Amino acid sequence: MTTTDTTGMTGTTDAREHADPLVIAGREFGSRLIMGTGGAPSMRVLAEALAASGTELTTVAMRRVDPAARGSVLDVLRRLDIDVLPNTAGCFTAGEAVLTAKLAREALGTDWVKLEVIADEHTLLPDPIELVDAAEQLVDAGFTVLPYTNDDPVLARRLEQLGCAAVMPLGSPIGSGLGIRNPHNIELIVEQAQVPVILDAGLGTASDAALAMELGCDAVLLATAVTRAQSPAAMAAAMRHAVRAGRLARLAGRIPKRRHAQASSPWEGIGTS
Amino acid sequence: MSATARDPRRPPAWDVLIIGAGVIGLATAWRVASRGLSVTVVDPDPAGGACRVAAGMLTPVSELAYGEEPLLRLGIASRDRYASFVAELEEAAGHETGYRRDGLLQVAFDSDDLAFLDDLRRFQESLGVPVEALTGRECRRLEPMLAPSVRGGLLAPEDGSVDPRRLTGALLVACQNAGVRLVERRADALIVERDTATGVRLDDGAELRAGKVLLAAGAWSNDLKGLPDGVVPEVRPVKGQVVRLRARAPFLGRATRGLVRGSSIYLVPRADGEIVVGATQEEMGFDTTVTAGGLWQLLRDARELLPGVTELEFAEVSAGLRPGSPDNAPVLGASALPGLFLATGHFRNGVLLAPVTADAMAEMLVDGTVPEVAAPFTPDRFEPFEVEARA
Repeated sequence: MTTTDTTGMTGTTDAREHADPLVIAGREFGSRLIMGTGGAPSMRVLAEALAASGTELTTVAMRRVDPAARGSVLDVLRRLDIDVLPNTAGCFTAGEAVLTAKLAREALGTDWVKLEVIADEHTLLPDPIELVDAAEQLVDAGFTVLPYTNDDPVLARRLEQLGCAAVMPLGSPIGSGLGIRNPHNIELIVEQAQVPVILDAGLGTASDAALAMELGCDAVLLATAVTRAQSPAAMAAAMRHAVRAGRLARLAGRIPKRRHAQASSPWEGIGTS
Repeated sequence: MSATARDPRRPPAWDVLIIGAGVIGLATAWRVASRGLSVTVVDPDPAGGACRVAAGMLTPVSELAYGEEPLLRLGIASRDRYASFVAELEEAAGHETGYRRDGLLQVAFDSDDLAFLDDLRRFQESLGVPVEALTGRECRRLEPMLAPSVRGGLLAPEDGSVDPRRLTGALLVACQNAGVRLVERRADALIVERDTATGVRLDDGAELRAGKVLLAAGAWSNDLKGLPDGVVPEVRPVKGQVVRLRARAPFLGRATRGLVRGSSIYLVPRADGEIVVGATQEEMGFDTTVTAGGLWQLLRDARELLPGVTELEFAEVSAGLRPGSPDNAPVLGASALPGLFLATGHFRNGVLLAPVTADAMAEMLVDGTVPEVAAPFTPDRFEPFEVEARA
C-alpha cells in the first residue's frame, strides 16, 4: 500500500486501484460502481452512460424486460460487455420475488439476484419480513443473493447470517436523490459486516457516492442519479470518479476532526528546519 | 427518371414501393403519389399496428426531454403542419380525422411532481417554447373534472390531438383516389441486385419491382430478409397498453396529462365521447398481450387524475408496438444501400410526425434533396454509436 515513489502519483493511484478489486461471492470486479438501468430516456443515452460509468455489473428489472427481445437493455449490456445482475423490482411478496428470481435464472443462466421486495409504491421501501423470507428461500435454492434492505444494522446482520452474499442498505428512498440520510447506521452496518456492503438507492450526486465509500461501503449501486440527470453520460463519469475518490480516501485514512485550527506547517514533519 | 443501376430488360413496375401501411407509410404514399409518381404499398394489415392503438396526441411540447431538443423542433414543425395537412386530406378523402387543437394541459399532484413541471417549464422557456404556468385552481377551472388535489400545471396552448383510426382511414381513401396500389401481403425479403435495392419478394413468392423502396414497417423494420448488415438501425418494439372509455356527457375538454407520483398518464377526449387513456411503456419484445397489471395501472392513475372516470363506459383495451430507435428519434432518408430509403423508428411520435415525415420523404424520393428539418435524422447518425458500442 505504501510507496516510496514520490514522482509518479498517477501510477501509484492506478496500481492501488488495480490491486483493490471488489469481490462478491468469489467474483472480482475492477469497478466498485454497480449501475441500474431504470429511467434512461433512450437506449443510446443509456449505452453512453453505462460506458462512461466504467461499470462491470448492471442490474436489470426482470419483470420489465423480455430477455429474448432484440434491441433490449440486455442487448446493450452484451454489446458493452457488462455482466447482468437480474433484480426482482416490482415484487411485493416473497412468493413473487422467488418466482421472478427463478425465471431470471432460467432466462439468463445466472444464479445471482438482486433481491427487492417492496412494501408499497409510495415509499418503495423494502418489506423486511418478506425480504428475509425470500432471501432464505433463494439461498436454500442455491442463489447468490444480494438483498436490497433498509439501513437497519440488525436486519443487515440477519440477512448476512442466513447466507446472503452481500447486503445492500439504502441511503434514502429509491429515486429520491436525498443522499445518505443516516450515515451512522451505514457505518454500523459496515463495521459488523463480513460480506460486502453496497450502498443502494437514494444517491443524488457525486458527493453522495463519495460519502458512501468514505463510510466504508465496498461498492455503490445507483441508477436514477445518472439516468435522469440532464446529461447522463457526464454524471456517470462523475460517479465513476466519486466512487474511486471515496474508496481511496477510505483506504488513505482521514484525519480526525478537530474543534480548532492546526497549522499545516508546524514544527514537525517534512519541510521544517 | 432515376440514375440508379437497373436491369434495362426489366423496368420497374413502380416508381416507389413502400413497405408498411401504417400512418407513416400511408401519409408518405399519398404525398408521393400527389407529386405524380406511381406508388404501391405492401402491408398484410393496412392501418393496423401501432397507429390502430395510438391515442393521437399532438403534444411535442410536453414530451420534451433533456438531450432531445432536435426532436422537439421536428415535433413542433409537424404539429404546425397538421392543420393544413388535415384540411387537404379531408378534402381529398371526404373523411374527417378528429383533428383538434385545443391545447395540452399537464398537471401535478404533489410537490415533487410540481418541481418536475417547474423544471420542465424552465427548459421549455429556455428553448423559446411558450407554455403557461397555472395554479391548481386555474387547472380545475379549465377542467372541472380534475381531482381537487391537483397542485398546479402547465398549458401548452398550441398542442392538440387527432384520431389515428380516422386519420389512417382517410389516408387509405386519399391514397386510393391518388392511384396508390395497396397489396395486402407481407413483404418477406428485399430484392437487392448489383448492390441496389430493386423491389421486394412477398410472402406468396411474388416479386414487386420499383425504382425506389421505402421501408416504413415500424417495429418490424429489422425483420425484412435480405437487408445487408448495418443498413437499418436497430428498431425495437416497445409495448404500449391503451384503454378506451366512452363518456355520454362532456367529461374532458382537452388532452390532459398527469404526473401521478412520478408516473405519467394521459387522457385524450374525442368529439364522439371516446376517451383514450394511455399508456404503458414495456420492453417485452413482440408481445401484444393485454395484462391485468397494465390495465390496472392505467385505470388507477386515470382515477387519481379524474375521479369520475370510474363512471365511464369501458369500451376497449389494446396493446401496440411502438418502433423505438436507439435515440428515440425517427430515422428518415436514404440508407447506405442505394435504392433503399427509411422512414421508421418514430417511437411514441408516429402520428405526430406523420405530416413532416411524409413531406420530407416525398422531397427525398421525388427531388432527391434532404429538407433542413429532416437533416438531423438521417440514418448515418448511428454509425458512431455502433463503433463505440463495439469497442
